[in-house]
Amino acid sequence: MSVTEKIDRAPAPGPGAAPGPADGHGARDAVLRVFRGDAKGGREVEYKVPIEPGMVVLDAIHWIQGHGAPDLAVRWNCKAAKCGSCSAEVNGKPALMCKSRMDHFAPGEPISVRPMKTFPVIKDLVTDVSWNYEVNKRIPPFKAKPGANWRWQQSDVDRVQEFRKCIECFLCQDVCHVLRQHELKHQFAGPRFFVRIAGLEMHPMDGEDRTGFLKDHAGIGLCNITKCCTEVCPENITITDNAIIPLKERVVDRFYDPLLWVWSKLTGR
Amino acid sequence: MSAIPVVDHDVLVIGAGGAGLRAAIEAAAQGCSVGLITKSLLGKAHTVMAEGGVAAALAHVDPQDGWETHFKDTMKGGSFLNHWRMAQLHAQEAPERVVELERWGALFDRTPDGRILQRAFGGHTWKRLAHVGDRTGLEMIRTLQDQGVIQGLDVHMEVTVTRLFKDGGRIAGAFAYRRVTGEFVVFRAKAVVIATGGVGKAYRITSNSWEYTGDGQALAYDAGAELIDMEFVQFHPTGMVWPPGVMGLLVTEGVRGEGGILRNAKGERFMWKYLPEARRHEYAEDEAEARRWVEAAVEGRQTKDRRPPELSTRDNVARAIYTEVREGRGSPHGGAFLDISYLPAERVKRKLPSMYHQFLELADVDITKQPMEVGPTTHYIMGGVRVEPDTAAATVPGLFAAGEAAAGLHGANRLGGNSLSDLLVFGRRAGAAAAAYARGLTATPQIAAAEIEAEARDLLAPLERGSGESPYEVHRALQDVMDRHVGIFRVHEDLEKGLGELAALARRAAAVRAEGDRVYNPGWHLARDLRNLIVVAESITRGALLRKESRGAHSRLDFTAMDPALGKVNFCARKADSGMTVEPTPLPEMPAELKALFVEPVKEKVG
Repeated sequence: MSVTEKIDRAPAPGPGAAPGPADGHGARDAVLRVFRGDAKGGREVEYKVPIEPGMVVLDAIHWIQGHGAPDLAVRWNCKAAKCGSCSAEVNGKPALMCKSRMDHFAPGEPISVRPMKTFPVIKDLVTDVSWNYEVNKRIPPFKAKPGANWRWQQSDVDRVQEFRKCIECFLCQDVCHVLRQHELKHQFAGPRFFVRIAGLEMHPMDGEDRTGFLKDHAGIGLCNITKCCTEVCPENITITDNAIIPLKERVVDRFYDPLLWVWSKLTGR
Repeated sequence: MSAIPVVDHDVLVIGAGGAGLRAAIEAAAQGCSVGLITKSLLGKAHTVMAEGGVAAALAHVDPQDGWETHFKDTMKGGSFLNHWRMAQLHAQEAPERVVELERWGALFDRTPDGRILQRAFGGHTWKRLAHVGDRTGLEMIRTLQDQGVIQGLDVHMEVTVTRLFKDGGRIAGAFAYRRVTGEFVVFRAKAVVIATGGVGKAYRITSNSWEYTGDGQALAYDAGAELIDMEFVQFHPTGMVWPPGVMGLLVTEGVRGEGGILRNAKGERFMWKYLPEARRHEYAEDEAEARRWVEAAVEGRQTKDRRPPELSTRDNVARAIYTEVREGRGSPHGGAFLDISYLPAERVKRKLPSMYHQFLELADVDITKQPMEVGPTTHYIMGGVRVEPDTAAATVPGLFAAGEAAAGLHGANRLGGNSLSDLLVFGRRAGAAAAAYARGLTATPQIAAAEIEAEARDLLAPLERGSGESPYEVHRALQDVMDRHVGIFRVHEDLEKGLGELAALARRAAAVRAEGDRVYNPGWHLARDLRNLIVVAESITRGALLRKESRGAHSRLDFTAMDPALGKVNFCARKADSGMTVEPTPLPEMPAELKALFVEPVKEKVG
């Protein structure tokens, strides 16, 4: 059920930029269907927004806030895909609103903007992501190797940088079916935290062993490698192949390797 | 009114960017109960946006470097309006703070022999910025976040502080609302550290997020603290100018540090024209020398060649670009061209990965093939809460400030990279001093019930008004006033006009109406933020009017030279019964042994 509240107005006065080359977008309006509501329920409300060149969905949301819906709730900070605050589902796909270009959608087709489904809605586009911060607290932190000399090579930095560039948008958590459909938040840490653990485990100076945590608390075995997380990552982290699979291998080597099992029985280690 | 819950902490830290996190970690390490408040989710603060690096004289790449040179560069960059003691402490302690981060798990790019790599930046004599690609801020904030978890900090996410309370002149706590529910909460605390960052949202073209509304400066001012140097607003020379939605978004100085060349529409490399005479000898003589410097930097070897003119200080580069545009030599969208495409594409992608993606995805520009279009954007405020250098204590007992919200380190202009080191050095000092102060108090200060009720009523007023303007409307008008009258070039008549318009805006802001209810209502939140924005806008404008000279980031078209007499004072804003007063206060005199470091006679640049 969709209730329509169209807001028509003349385009806002230009923000002071010199007019750019005409690219055919200047005159048309876009239609956004934005979820308005809270934990008890809600509806999609339709807004008409004048399009500017290079506009992203977050710009459109801001325009709506400034012109008729001042209480529309949305999280955002940097507007440059560096902070990971403006996560939502745009036309059903988990995405950062600041990176979702309006000119990538079919002209004239309404664009649906909804909150992330995996987390409880607080209001409109804002969800309660506090569970993620609780999971993070349980991960064994960085612990320097005894006798570390604190010298390492650029290749060590480059290898692990992929995991450390995560901006915590939680879109991978949103799309992961273990969390989204099966709601196993109590058993499963989710892709974001496998990426974080990979960043710690592959840190050249780290001496902590997190395989027990991965197996018993983070539930890494529940991941069946559908790679949905990798597809939605705005930082293009190859989450499944580069973080999750190598961590799964570490868990297997540690707990399920038959030779190691015999060895540990014999030596008691 | 239902009872408002009270939360007790020894030390309350407002703001969870680098400075706030570092302060909270230090206070907790000293055994205090610490509350850390952030308007956003943890880890989203502006520090995360810092790209280029953290300045520290580790001397890994250029062994000639040392704290003395970093100190001198910082003082020169700030046109000697800096507090000498802050500049000294900062230069001396930055290296150990960076190494400490590494011990906590931060990963920086490496030299061939495996130590922390350092890159060149504007105004720094030697290659000094520890960095990891162009994501230094993210690495720092995650490392500090993790350390905060280890210390067991109580983090209050999505909470906004609206007032500080005092008990007999001492800080007693703060009033706040939870953004998610709209519920009020009172924090009772022996000491408060302000680490709220800057004021960029007073301007329309800015690299700052919605959070930068001058909260800390205004809270401190209302509590009786002093604000100094507020006229010094840094316009970063390179913000995106196109497309409109990303206008103002930061383009890291790292682009120039890696060899980026600025050209105007006629293809002229114009920065040579704008080098201050006193420092011209520090820069390459011609394109060939600049090119050799870049090649040496790429290959990671020492060179006698001097750095390219694009690595002049930010105030100077911003004025240069602005002037080129004003004189009709701007790029199609009103900026200058910044070109790094002459370097190998792989190197650009490795050293500037987020710039590469930012331009490709938001502006359809491949920076490995095409130049960027850039122009000045409001980025940072050098001014803020006046603090005692060693302890970061404000003039109100129990109040401390660190990071961008505090003043003194950067003087009239901040060097790139000195902000990340600032927040580590003075965040730690503020946390330690706040903990020591809190431990020294025998009784917990009390908060008067009437003050709590008055603040609650005040906050609810915009929601209860039957009619009134939208806060967004007033915010746009405020940004327009600041962009037009208190921008990069200033003149008496404009500033006077701006001041008049700000007075009118203050009345409009006091009468705005917030639609909707208290649950996650950004319009209501903005209604309160406007009050802070107007306090900082007024202090910027009043300082700019009184500073009848051009110095650092403050450029007056009607007073284009430096005035040596004004080089001896800070303009200081205080709250009086009649409103804001701004008066000159003497700048502390540098001791002889530090003066002796400036071997060449200290020349003040003109024009």
